[in-house]
Formats: sequence, C-alpha cells, structure tokens
Amino acid sequence: MQKPWESVPATPGNLVRGREFSLPTVTVGLRLFLGVVTVLFALLVVSYFGRMAFADWRALPEPWLLWLNTGSLIASSLAFQVALVAARRGHLVRVRDGLTTGGIFALAFLIGQFLAWQQLVALGYFAQENPANAFFYVLTGLHALHLLGGLVAWGRTVAKLRRGVALAQLRLSVELCTAYWHYLLLIWLVLFALLIFT
Amino acid sequence: MTDVTPTAAEFVAPAEVEEVELFHPKSFLTKYIWSQDAKVIAIQYSLTATAIGLVALVMSWLMRLQLGFPDTFSFIDASEYYQLITLHGMIMVIYLLTALFLGGFGNYLIPLMVGARDMVFPYVNMLSYWVYLLAVLVLVASFFVPGGPTGAGWTLYPPQAILSGTPGQEWGIVLMLISLILFIIGFTMGGLNYVVTVLQARTRGMTLMRLPLTVWGIFVATILALLAFPALFVGCVMMLFDRLLGTSFFMPTILEFGERLQYGGGSPILFQHLFWFFGHPEVYIVALPAFGIVSDLLATHARKCIFGYRMMVWAIVAIGALSFVVWAHHMYVSGMNPYFGFFFATTTLIIAVPTALKLYNWVLTLWRGNIRFTLPMLFSIGFIVTFLNGGITGLFLGNVVVDVPLSDTMFVVAHFHMVMGVAPILVVFGAIYHWYPKMTGRMLHQGMGLFHFWVTFVGAYLIYFPMHYLGFLGVPRRYFELGETAFIPDSAATLNAFITVAALIVGFAQMVFLFNLYWSRTRGKEAGGNPWNATTLEWQTPQTPPGHGNFGPELPIVYRWAYDYGVPGADQDFLPQNMPPDQVRTGGAALETEQKPA
Repeated sequence: MQKPWESVPATPGNLVRGREFSLPTVTVGLRLFLGVVTVLFALLVVSYFGRMAFADWRALPEPWLLWLNTGSLIASSLAFQVALVAARRGHLVRVRDGLTTGGIFALAFLIGQFLAWQQLVALGYFAQENPANAFFYVLTGLHALHLLGGLVAWGRTVAKLRRGVALAQLRLSVELCTAYWHYLLLIWLVLFALLIFT
Repeated sequence: MTDVTPTAAEFVAPAEVEEVELFHPKSFLTKYIWSQDAKVIAIQYSLTATAIGLVALVMSWLMRLQLGFPDTFSFIDASEYYQLITLHGMIMVIYLLTALFLGGFGNYLIPLMVGARDMVFPYVNMLSYWVYLLAVLVLVASFFVPGGPTGAGWTLYPPQAILSGTPGQEWGIVLMLISLILFIIGFTMGGLNYVVTVLQARTRGMTLMRLPLTVWGIFVATILALLAFPALFVGCVMMLFDRLLGTSFFMPTILEFGERLQYGGGSPILFQHLFWFFGHPEVYIVALPAFGIVSDLLATHARKCIFGYRMMVWAIVAIGALSFVVWAHHMYVSGMNPYFGFFFATTTLIIAVPTALKLYNWVLTLWRGNIRFTLPMLFSIGFIVTFLNGGITGLFLGNVVVDVPLSDTMFVVAHFHMVMGVAPILVVFGAIYHWYPKMTGRMLHQGMGLFHFWVTFVGAYLIYFPMHYLGFLGVPRRYFELGETAFIPDSAATLNAFITVAALIVGFAQMVFLFNLYWSRTRGKEAGGNPWNATTLEWQTPQTPPGHGNFGPELPIVYRWAYDYGVPGADQDFLPQNMPPDQVRTGGAALETEQKPA
C-alpha cells in the first residue's frame, strides 16, 4: 500500500493513472448523472409511500393509454439498442434507422403521456383533488422532462450523423444515448408498476 | 497542446489522460463573459456569490438593529423582519457559501491542483454559472414583486410558508422555490464537472492518495451535494404544486381566518424530512471544503506535513457518509417517535468521532511546526477554535433531552452561526489571503488584513458567545421583538444592544477587506509565482496568474504527496509535488531515493 508520507518518487508502479476508470470521461459523467437521477426518483417514491399512508389517498384509474406508451418506450429503447449494435459493427444505415425509429417512438411516448394527462383531466382527476393524482402528474412530468432532455442529446447525435461524422466518433454518442434511454425505461417501469399496484 | 515528452524521464509510464482539446477564446466576450475557462468561471461565481452575500450581510445589520434597539427604527416592521431572517439564512447558506466553496474554490483549484488543463466538461461548466446567476436574479427579483420576498424562515416549512399570514405568500415564495430549483440544476452541472475531473483528469503520478486535502474536501462535498440537493428539489417542486395548483402534498386540512382552505390531508412533516435530508448534508457541503482547505493552509504555513494524511482523508469520507443519517436531529420537536430520536441522537454523537479526529490532527500538525503567523495561518487557527466551540454546542443540541428546551432559542442561532457561519467563513478569508497572490499576482495588504482578522475573529465571539446565554434564558429565535416577557430579564435587552454594536463593527471590518481586495489588485506587493513556498501544483504554474490551459506545453508529473515540508536531509524546506527525485539536493547531492521496478 502506498504511504503518501514516504518520499517514494514516482515510478511506473506508483505513478498511477490519471484516471480512475478506464471508461470514456463522458460515460463516467453520464453514470454519475444517472446516480443523481436515481436519488431524485427514489426520494419521490419514498415520499409517495409516505403520503399514501394518509387517509385521504384515493388511487386513480390509470388510463389504458399508459400501456401503449410503455410499449412505445420499450420500442424506443430497443431501436436504440439496434443502433448501438449497428454502430459497433459499423452499419451506418442501420445506425441511422435505429436512431430515427428510437426518436420517433420516444416522441410518441411523450405525446401519449400528454394525451393520458388530458384524459385524466377530462375525467376530473385534477391534481388538487387528491394526492394520488398530484403524484401521478409530478412523477410522469419529471420523467417526461428527463426524456425531453434526452431528446436534446438525441438531436445532437442525429445532427452529427447528418453532418457525416465518422462512425467511430459517433459511436460514443450512440452508446451514451442508449444507456440513458435504457435507464429512463427502467425508471418508467418502476414508476408504472408503482402507479398500477397502488 | 502536447503532453509530457516521452523522454522526460525514462521510467515514466505513458500518459493515460489524453490531451483535451481546449476551447480557445478569441474575443473579449468568450474570454471573460461566456468563458469556458474554469478559472474565469470561478471568479464569476465568487463575485456573484460575494455580491449577493453582501446583501445578506446588510440584512443581518437590519435584523440586529431591530433586535438591539426595538421600537427605534420605523423602517423595519414585523413582516420585513421575517423576510430579512429568511433571505439572510437562505442566501448565506446556499447562494454564498455553497456557491463560493464549490463554484468558486472548486472551479479555481480542482483543475490546477490535480494538474489538469481545465474541467472535463467546460461547456457544461459555463452553463452551470449562468444558471446559478439566473437563480440569483430570480431571488433578487422576489424583492421587487408585490408582497415582497418570502418570510417563511430559511427552512420554508409548510403550511405557514404558503399561508396568507406569511409575508411574500403571493409571489415571494414562488420565486424562492423557482430560484432554488434553478440553483440545484445549475449546481448539478457544475458538480458533475468537479467529481469527474477529480476522478478522470488527474495528471500522471497524481494518485488519489497524493491529492491535496483541499481537493478531497471539495470532492466529497460535491458528492454529498449531488446526492442531497435532489431532496430539496423534490420538496421545492411539490411545494410549488401546493402553492400554485392547490395540491396537498404537504398541506394539512387547515383553517385560515375562520375559512376552511381547499387543502387537506397533507403532511408538513414529510417536507421537514425532505428538507433536512438535504439540510444536514448541506452543513457538511459547506464544512468539508473548509476542512480540506484549512488542512492545506496549516501545513503550508506551519512548514510541516499534515498529521495523519490518510486518516484525514478517511475522516472526510466518513463524515460525508454519516451526514446522511443524522437529518432528523433537526426535528426532535416535531413529535417523532422517541426511538427515532434516540437513533438520530446516537448517529449525531458518532459523527463527532471523525470530526474530533480531524481537530486533533490539525493541532498535531501545528505541534512543533515552524509556525508563521501569516494571515492564512491566523484565520486557520481562528477556524480551529471556532469550529471546536460550535461543534461542542452541537453535541449539546444533538441530545434530545437538551435539545427540547433549547429548541428555537438563541442558543441554536449561536450554535449554527459558530459552526457553519463563522468557522467556514474564516476559512474562506484565510483561503482568499492564501490564493489571492496566485489569482492576481499580488499580495493582499498585511495591515488591513490584520485589522480584518482581529476585528472579525474577536467580534464574532462578542456576537455569538452572549447569544448562548440569551438562549439559556429562553430568548426565542425569529421573534421580531420580545416586548414584556416575564421570564426574560431586562439585561437581555442590554446584551442584545451590545451584540448589535459588535455586529455592526464586524460588518465594517468586512468593508475594509473588500477595499483590500480592490486596492491590492493594482497596488499590492508583487507576489511572484510561489510566495508561500507551497508544494501543490497550482503554485508551480509557469505564469501567475495561470494562463489559459494552466500549465505550459507539458503537463506536470507528480512525484510526491502534497505535504513534503521540512523533509529531513533536503536543502529546501519544501519539495514541490512535481519536483523529480534527481533534482532534490541534499548538501549538494541528490537525495537517495527508492525506485521500485515496474
């Protein structure tokens, strides 16, 4: 073990690593950010359970549209996975198709979520009526905002693709988008399960 | 820019950190305004934080005038007083200290100290500052909206924060919450930078265990902030919903002026949990950078290696981890289960162990050191004493049975001002006196500095020591005026007047400090590159102040830890971290070094 107080000079053995992880720096940044996102949603879920314990909680009927939206988001994630695999294998066309499909399905998810909100509002499930409704809007809203942020990164990746950036440089962007998409899908599945089972 | 020449030293391993492509500013606008250089961003952060901090300082004078001389000043009424205490607290804790330690010192020191050219995501770093500035502007805007800023107290407890009896119920609270949300978004952008830069952009030879403690403190504090701020974010979003949409996350069934409000069933305690899950780590978000910085100041100005470096690092990490399991000690009087209180009292006392360990190590660093009573050293010693005082009253308050009678009294005000107000700000001052020569190339004026130190240090004790006694008497905090209160003797009023006079004098000393910053910028003594003979990398830059890209064409290579002061046998009393072993002279001969084979 290195003893910092001993005046051992820098040698190949202890002249370590400028970097702690061999991953690309951006990937480390993204993972850290996902950690922050996890804490955010975990706290929301804890608050959800905390608030649920009070007598006035009345669960709302989830619109069937949410199932369709979940399907969209899964499809979106799958399309990103296709793009990722293609990027690793060097199929530029498939990368383009995967990214486009993924983006379209993600947009479909967001529009679907918006429609689901409208359905609920039309049925009179306003946020102020019941904490269950309010939580529904907060959880789905924050998740949608995160996905919107992802779409900005997606837009930049697609722009790079259109500019004709070499695939090797594009690969990292596709990897990051895919990781983010899978993670947001995971969060959505947890939230969706929470909404359905409570 | 190129990295180290491969032939610089044959045993040097190839670089693992690839050269970054820096953004090279071409115009004034991209160099100083929309800058992506961490050093410029640091100064932007510091100036903004200082400016808003001055507003909060003036607020404290107004509050003290009211407390010291009630019924004298017609321009302060009860509502304004509540607004003053709220914004004073919020600004000092979040917009000044957090922003200054992490945004200011973090940005300036991390890349320089780890031997990087800049932060890893400079563009995001720039955005971080501008979002922070926006947060500050939204906060300032709340001064000018109908009803003024919120007067809910810095903890913003619902339900009163959004009821109509509280000042700023209309717009103030909304802008406060929006400003906090913006601050958190901006901070997250910066925080990702600080953490990833420390992890991924260190120069060759800079192992984690060779990092100066300043970097360790800022690094762990940033991780705490990244994990704790989401709690405040969630609380703010939910309260914003309660206020704007009429939801009942935190709002119970409640009557206002005899009328039942639309709210019902919400849990104010839930907000308290969220707030303090952020609020307690926040104490350490401010304290850990101070711990780190003070360690470096003490070692440099006592010409001695820090005592127990590795222990110091682990203490920082342990304090950081423990700070997440003590939050409910702020809520002993909220009607919690006694076993719950017992748990939190225990964890609170446990946190004193690594903290005490740090205190002992600081004292042991001074022990038989070659102490130089420079300004940074004076402020560091001031910090040690003040932190000990504030910390010990914290042990009192951490015990449920002692806390309950002292809760919401001036004792609490005295405690947290000592421990997380005066103590960290003394480190901020010490750090500014220490690094100002690097940032400007000139020394701060010694005479003005001594005046500033003694008035601030002695003055702070004149302000806060008597407050403990007021707390014992039962003088409550947050009261606009005491009026005729049977259990409070008249002498309390005299003491309050005394505290006010002391506070105004300390405030004046800060003006001298600001003048010193301005004056020395052009008229201070030339500092040279390394006026304190310090070992860390920021003092080894080819230019002072460091140029764009920090280091010359080649990044430094680190051969040793940050605390090689007074190495036995060496001619120099300090060995910079990047000094190769074959250049260390011992009576003319190179110091015998141990070279392990690869």
